[in-house]
Amino acid sequence: MNFKLSEAATQRRDIMRMAAEGLMRPIARQYDEEEHTDAWDFFNAMWEASKSNRDAASMTGEGNADKKEKSSGETKRKRRENTLMSAVQIEELAWGDAGLYLSIPNPGLGGAAVSAAGTPEQKARFLGSFHDGKPKWAAMAITEPHFGSDSKQVATTARRDGDEWVLNGTKIFCTSGHRALEKSEGFVVVWATLDKNKGRAAIKSFIVPAGTPGVIVTKCEDKLGIRASDTAQITFEDARVPADHILGSPEIVEKGTEGFRGVMATFDATRPIVAASGIGVARAALDFVKQALADEGVEIRYEAPQCEMTVLEHEIIWMESQLQASRLLTWRACNMMDRGDRNSREAAMSKAKAGKVCTLVTQKCVAIMGPLGFSRKLLLEKWMRDAKITDIYEGTQQINQMIIARDILGYSSSELN
Amino acid sequence: MIDIQLDEEQQQIAETVTSFAKQQIRVAAREADENNTVPASVIDQAWGLGLIQNAIPEAYGGYGADASAVTGTVIAEGLAEGDLAIAMHALSPKLVVDPVLHLGNDEQKQRILPTYTGEKFAAGSAAVSEPRWNFSVSTMTTTAKSDGGDYVLNGNKCLVALAKDAPFTIVYAKDDNGVVGAFIVEQGTAGYNVGEREANLGLRALATYEVALEDCKVPAANRIGTDAQPMLRRARVAQAAMAVGVAKASLDYAIVYAKDREVFGVKVAQKQAIAFMLADMAIDVDAARLLAWEAAWLIDEGEEHMREVALADQFAADAVMTITDNGIQVLGGHGFIRDHPSELWARNGRGFVTFEGLASV
Ligand SMILES: Cc1cc2nc3c(=O)[nH]c(=O)nc-3n(C[C@H](O)[C@H](O)[C@H](O)COP(=O)(O)OP(=O)(O)OC[C@H]3O[C@@H](n4cnc5c(N)ncnc54)[C@H](O)[C@@H]3O)c2cc1C
Repeated sequence: MNFKLSEAATQRRDIMRMAAEGLMRPIARQYDEEEHTDAWDFFNAMWEASKSNRDAASMTGEGNADKKEKSSGETKRKRRENTLMSAVQIEELAWGDAGLYLSIPNPGLGGAAVSAAGTPEQKARFLGSFHDGKPKWAAMAITEPHFGSDSKQVATTARRDGDEWVLNGTKIFCTSGHRALEKSEGFVVVWATLDKNKGRAAIKSFIVPAGTPGVIVTKCEDKLGIRASDTAQITFEDARVPADHILGSPEIVEKGTEGFRGVMATFDATRPIVAASGIGVARAALDFVKQALADEGVEIRYEAPQCEMTVLEHEIIWMESQLQASRLLTWRACNMMDRGDRNSREAAMSKAKAGKVCTLVTQKCVAIMGPLGFSRKLLLEKWMRDAKITDIYEGTQQINQMIIARDILGYSSSELN
Repeated sequence: MIDIQLDEEQQQIAETVTSFAKQQIRVAAREADENNTVPASVIDQAWGLGLIQNAIPEAYGGYGADASAVTGTVIAEGLAEGDLAIAMHALSPKLVVDPVLHLGNDEQKQRILPTYTGEKFAAGSAAVSEPRWNFSVSTMTTTAKSDGGDYVLNGNKCLVALAKDAPFTIVYAKDDNGVVGAFIVEQGTAGYNVGEREANLGLRALATYEVALEDCKVPAANRIGTDAQPMLRRARVAQAAMAVGVAKASLDYAIVYAKDREVFGVKVAQKQAIAFMLADMAIDVDAARLLAWEAAWLIDEGEEHMREVALADQFAADAVMTITDNGIQVLGGHGFIRDHPSELWARNGRGFVTFEGLASV
C-alpha cells in the first residue's frame, strides 16, 4: 500500500500546475466569454511542449512503451503508472481550466480508440501524425440526435463499396470535432452500423480524416460550461474512407459482442480520467474558498466538537472529505488499470462519485461566497458551470450507477436496464 | 508510487477475519443483542486467532507480527462486519495495548503487555467520553492534577466499555497544563468507581458503564507519554474502519434480499430506484474504506495525518448512517422487523458520531 505520488508523478503534476497557473487561468474567463473562438497561443504552446516532451522521452528511452514493450524492468515499472499519471496531470489542468484542458491539441478520445482497437499500422499512421507538424486534434463521434446513453441505437450507416466504406448519418456533441476536421489535419473516430437489424454486433468504428469529402461540420453547440471546448455536429453524406480505416474486424459476429465490448472497455480507462478532470474543477473552487477564508483569518478546525463547529466548517470538511473520497476512488481505478486488472466497476464508481461530488462542491462554493460566487468577475460561477458536464458525458450518473448495480448484483443488461 | 491495495499478508488476514466474522460472529449477533451479552465462547475463539498477540513484540510475549495501523483497519472492518458489539469486545485489549505499545515506555510495556499475550482473553478498557451533549476531546473536563509523584483523577466518564472486567482502563484526562494525557488505572484502584451498566440505542451486547473518578490516585509512572491526542486519532481511524464493516454488512444483506424479493413481477433489485441506491451504497462503502486506509497509512509512515483522520472519520460516520438506513429501506417493512439484522446495523451505525474511545487500531 502506498498513498504517496511517485517522484515522476509529482514532477509532472508540478509542471502541469505551472501550465495551469501561468497559461490557463489568465485566459480562462476570456475564452468562456468568447465562445467559439480558438486560443491559438495556448494551443501552440501546449503542442510545442508536448512535442518537446515527447522528443525528450524518446531520447532518454522513455515513452513509446508499445514499441519497447517489456524491454526492461524500468520501462515496465514506468508503464504501471501511466493511467494514474494521466489522472494526476489532468486534475491539475482542469484545475487551471476545464474547457481549455479539453481543447489541448492531442489524440484525445479518438486516439484512445485507435490505441485500444487499432492495428500497429493504424496506430503508427494515425497517432504518429501527432508527433510533428502543426497542432492536431482527434475526436470520437458516437452520439446521434436520437440517442446518447443507449449506444446500441447507432443509426449512422457504413456500407462497403469496393475498396471503401461509405458513411451516412449525423453525429452530435462531438468534443473537438470541429478542430479535428476543420482546424487541423486531425481525424474523428465514427461509430456506424453495418446492418441496423443486427444490433451491437454490427456497430463498428471508422477513422475519418480531416478533408474527407462529404463530411461537414454543421454546427457548434452553445453550452452552459466548458465553452472553450468545441462540441460539433457532423453530417456524413456519402463520405468515403479507405477499407483499412475500420477499427477491428469487419465481420458481424452474431452471438458474441466482442467488438462492442472492446470499445466499451475503453471507458474503463477514460472514466477515471473524466473523474479526475471534475475533481480538478471542484478543487479549484474549494481552494479558492479556503484561501478567501484564510485571508479573512477564518480557520478550519478539523477536530472541533460537532456542536461547536460553524456551519462553514462543517461544509468545508464535508466537501474536502467527499473530494478526497472521489480522488481515492479515481486513483484506485487507475491503479487497477495500470496493473492490468479488470476495473469496469471501479471506473464507473469513480466517475459516478466524482460527477455527483464536483457538481455539489462547486455549487456549495458559489453559495458560500455569496455575491462573489455569483459574479462573473471571479471564476467561481464558471467552475460551477464547468463542473456539471462531469456528470453527463462518458456515461451519465445514471448509466454509471447501472453499471455498478449490474456488477454488484450479478445482473446482465437484460435483467437491469 | 500510489498503490492502493492490500499486500498479500493483509489480504490473507482480511480473508481469515471476514470468514470468522461471517461464520462465528454473525450467527451470534442477534442473540447477543437481545440478551445484552457477548457470548464468551465467541470471544475465546476470536482470541485464538491471535489478532491482539500479533501486534505485540516477542520481547513482551507477543508474536511480533504486523502492528501497522493499516492492518488494524483490516481487522476492525472484518470483525465489525460480523457484529459491532462483539468486534469491540474482542478488540477491547487494543484500547490498552495500543497506547502502551505506541506511546509507552519500556517499564510500562513490561508491566502491561504480558496480560494480553496469555492463553486467555483479557479485556481492555478506555475512558474518554463524558456524559454531556457537547462533549469532545477539546472540551474534556476530567482532570489529572499533579500531586507529588502522583496524579489525582477527577471527573465523570461514560461509554466505558468493559469497565468492570478489564484489568486496566486507560483514562483520558487533562493535566495541569490542559494537555490531554492517558493514564493507566488498574481495576480496584480507590476512586475508580464503576457505575451502572448503560442502556443504549445500539451496541446493547457490549457492556458499557458510567465511571466516576473521585480523587482517583495513580502514580506518575502510569501516565503514558505526554500528549494522548495521537492515540485518539488512531482510535478514530479504527472506528472509521468499523463503520465500514457495519455498512458493508448492511449493503451485502440488502443485495441478497433484493435479488430474492419480487415486486410487480420482477425482483426488487431490478427496479432502478433500488438498484441505484445499492450502487450508491457500494460507492460509499469503498470510498470510506479508502479514506480509512489512507489515514492509517499516514499514521504508519509517521506523516502528518490530523486532517486525513478527521476526513475519514467524518465520512465514515455519515456514510454508515445513510447506508444502514438505506439497508432497511431496501427491505421495506421487513427491514423494520427484528427477524432481519438490518435494524441492528442501523442502531449500531448511529453511534459512530458519538463514539470516542471505543475502538483502537
Ligand atoms: C459537452 C458535451 C460533450 C460531449 N462529447 C461527446 C463526444 O466527444 N463524443 C460523443 O459521442 N458524445 C459526446 N457527448 C454526448 C454525451 O456522451 C451524451 O450526452 C450522454 O451520453 C447522454 O446522452 P443523451 O444526452 O442522449 O441523454 P439520454 O441518453 O437521452 O438520457 C437522458 C436522461 O435519462 C437518463 N437515462 C438514460 N438511460 C437510462 C436508463 N437506462 N436508466 C436510467 N436512466 C437513464 C440519463 O442519465 C439522463 O439523465 C457530449 C455531450 C456533451 C454535453
